[in-house]
Amino acid sequence: MMAHQGRAITRRQLFAASAVAGLAPGLMTLEQARAQGVAPKRGGTLTTILTPEPPILILGVNNQGPTLLVGGKIYQSLLKFSPKLDALPELAKSWSLSDDKLTYTFHLQSNVKFHDGTPMTADDVIFSIVKFNSELAPRARAIFQKIKSATAPDPSTVVLTLDAPFQPFLLMFDVTACPIVPKHIYDGTDYRTNPANQTPIGTGPFKFAEWKRGDFIRLQRFADYWKPGQPYLDEIIYRIIPDSQSRALAVQTGQVMMAQESDIEPFDVPRMEKLPTLNVTTEGWEYFSPVCWIEINNRVKPLNDARVREAISLALDRDFITKRLWFGLNKPARGPVASTTRFFDTTLPPLGHDPKRAMALLDEAGLKPGANGVRFTMKHLVLPYGDVWARLAEYIRSALKPIGIEVVLESTDAGGWAQRIGAWDYETSVNFVYQFGDPTLGVERTYVSSNIQKITFTNTGGYANPEVDKLFAEARTAADPAARQTAFTAVQKLLVKEIPQVWIMEMAFPTISQKKLHNVVELGTGTHASFDDVFIS
Amino acid sequence: MNLARLLRFLLQRLVKAVVVIFAITVTCFLLIHAAPGDPASVMAGESGAADAQYIAQLRHQFGLDQPLSTQLWLYVKDVAQLDLGFSHRQQQPVLTLILDRLPATLLLTMTAFLFAICSGVLLGAMAARRVGRVSDSVITVLALGFYATPIFWVGLMLVLVFSVWLDWLPSFGMMTVGADLHGVAMLEDRAQYLVLPALTLGLFYTAVYARLTRASMLDVADQDFVRTARAKGVPEGRILRRHILRNALLPVITFAGIQAGQLIGGSILVETVFAWPGIGRLAFDALLARDYPVLLGVFLCTSVLVIAFNLITDLLYVVIDPRVEAA
Repeated sequence: MMAHQGRAITRRQLFAASAVAGLAPGLMTLEQARAQGVAPKRGGTLTTILTPEPPILILGVNNQGPTLLVGGKIYQSLLKFSPKLDALPELAKSWSLSDDKLTYTFHLQSNVKFHDGTPMTADDVIFSIVKFNSELAPRARAIFQKIKSATAPDPSTVVLTLDAPFQPFLLMFDVTACPIVPKHIYDGTDYRTNPANQTPIGTGPFKFAEWKRGDFIRLQRFADYWKPGQPYLDEIIYRIIPDSQSRALAVQTGQVMMAQESDIEPFDVPRMEKLPTLNVTTEGWEYFSPVCWIEINNRVKPLNDARVREAISLALDRDFITKRLWFGLNKPARGPVASTTRFFDTTLPPLGHDPKRAMALLDEAGLKPGANGVRFTMKHLVLPYGDVWARLAEYIRSALKPIGIEVVLESTDAGGWAQRIGAWDYETSVNFVYQFGDPTLGVERTYVSSNIQKITFTNTGGYANPEVDKLFAEARTAADPAARQTAFTAVQKLLVKEIPQVWIMEMAFPTISQKKLHNVVELGTGTHASFDDVFIS
Repeated sequence: MNLARLLRFLLQRLVKAVVVIFAITVTCFLLIHAAPGDPASVMAGESGAADAQYIAQLRHQFGLDQPLSTQLWLYVKDVAQLDLGFSHRQQQPVLTLILDRLPATLLLTMTAFLFAICSGVLLGAMAARRVGRVSDSVITVLALGFYATPIFWVGLMLVLVFSVWLDWLPSFGMMTVGADLHGVAMLEDRAQYLVLPALTLGLFYTAVYARLTRASMLDVADQDFVRTARAKGVPEGRILRRHILRNALLPVITFAGIQAGQLIGGSILVETVFAWPGIGRLAFDALLARDYPVLLGVFLCTSVLVIAFNLITDLLYVVIDPRVEAA
């Protein structure tokens, strides 16, 4: 058996481990005080922003971004992930993998209780994995169907046996992918319509207290939380503020202490960075690492020609996009895989910017400019996620015009966008998806031919290449990381040559918090963390 | 006025109202379903991952797998039984969701409404009385300014001055969360949050009422009965109040009736800028999420309110001006 205890021991983990070992919290306070110069303080209310308002707070039933942020405080999973994507203990205090790479054994923390007072046991964990999340969440369903048997030799041990080795398996045990829910509330019911869905019940450091729709969601400190002395905060209040300028003012005037994700428009971030009371960081997105691209419908002529797609790629000045539109929050993409995701091919060169070569490629493809200088016209469905995305669409139009591509912008709202992308009813658009730490989990789905489906976030572009399919399949099934790296490196090189989608940038979102707020971004999942160690000094 | 005639009038209007509401329900239902996308595709888009099973389950749960005519028939049947349906997305009855948000909107719009009528009529009367003088010009210019300025911009500027620079008033929300206030302290707290949004919404209508009152009063002031009153030696202040203002109020009431009908839906911009948890935002969010039952529910409530206020306005005419008869 090979032990998989967290490798990078951080201050945070040391603290958690000692707390479990039964050390007095008072002593730990001193220790941590020495480590960082500020002693954790009990008490206080963290006010922050939530946008847009989620319809419901049950993870699994709803997996919208804002739901995950709030749900991450209420629910927990077996593990959590460092910025380097190392697994750290959460509800599992340790775990191991058998030598045949098929059997995972998780040892659970003791004294874990749900918010209704019921102890959490291995039964709840197995129910959550095999039934609840497998039934509700498409992502979990696709992975957890590999589980051949799930048993609980005792109430604090869970043994999962897979049908074949699956190296990225552990990445599925973050709270955003597999929250642990109470079996006694959900088993045998229709999970989607269970009346208990109005009151989420998890094991997290904060329990649901109040939701005034359209106004705020209030979470309260859970006194029976399994880490003694934690959490430090009394309350977390999420204010629903629909207008982006009102949100910026709320942060600036200190009416809220923290903003995250897309709360603050990129052009407002430099202003926040100048304020002496605020911290601004783009860390805490490593687990998700969305890569953004111009979504190309490969069925539409002449976009089915790789030379045309390369020309579009060469027309883009990615430095301009990331520096002028996103004010340095994002980085130019180098291919389909983000540099913060595992198995990124570090030898990939930057994607070039060369309008001359772009025009030569279009000539080669037989697309000569007409009398008005236009080679062909293509429609572009603007991503309806806010101001900055509209600016990006305008930039794309102006960048493609000089090489002879006339872009016609079409607008819609989020519902219309998802519907049209899902129905393949578009020529180009902009899209980004989370990568979840591993290309098998978050990159493969956009490029393999088996995933060409009339559903949003599948291979809607319709790209098909048997070689790409084969390499992704190899990387998926290989048990050995080195073999997976070989396949992933090959497939990245191949995709960069074929450019099925025109990658633009690796995305991260700013977390803006008052300096008196500590331990805000510690994990690769950023403010999705449980916040059991966040405190106000 | 004859009571039997009034009753017949009311009955007629009630029958017409039912027909109108039925037509509105069917039209809105068809319009909403004509928009691209449905709740299932929206939820798939939001969660960033989906498969065929997920979409099919959602469509079945939401009843979208049935023919549109069946869905329409089921909806009309429910509404006829005063059941506004269930939001599967939010897992709450639509009526609960609406009633939850209605008080906030009514508080905001009623305050703005009363403020606008009182200040608008007062300013209009003042301007009419001093027509051509400096105070008239100041009032007219200000009214024109507020009438022409986009409402969200006024809101943001008020926030900038009173929240950011002066730090007197909160810039968003409708109460201090978690403060657990009661009695006078609670009223004071709510009032603080109410000032800026109500002022933003109210200033626009103040301008409308001021202009309307001024014009209407100048119109009435030239009429014979005013000259007669003056010749009889009625004091000027009394002429203004009893003779001119009362007769000049009819167009104001007409407009107030229209505005009152919009009290539910008309404040969405202000609700958005000030994060006011009202019904306008409920409708807007429902539209983005394709949450059909909620959107239809809000439409229905709004149309009922418009019809009710039209009726009240018609009855008010009779009270203010005895020459008008209900018919």
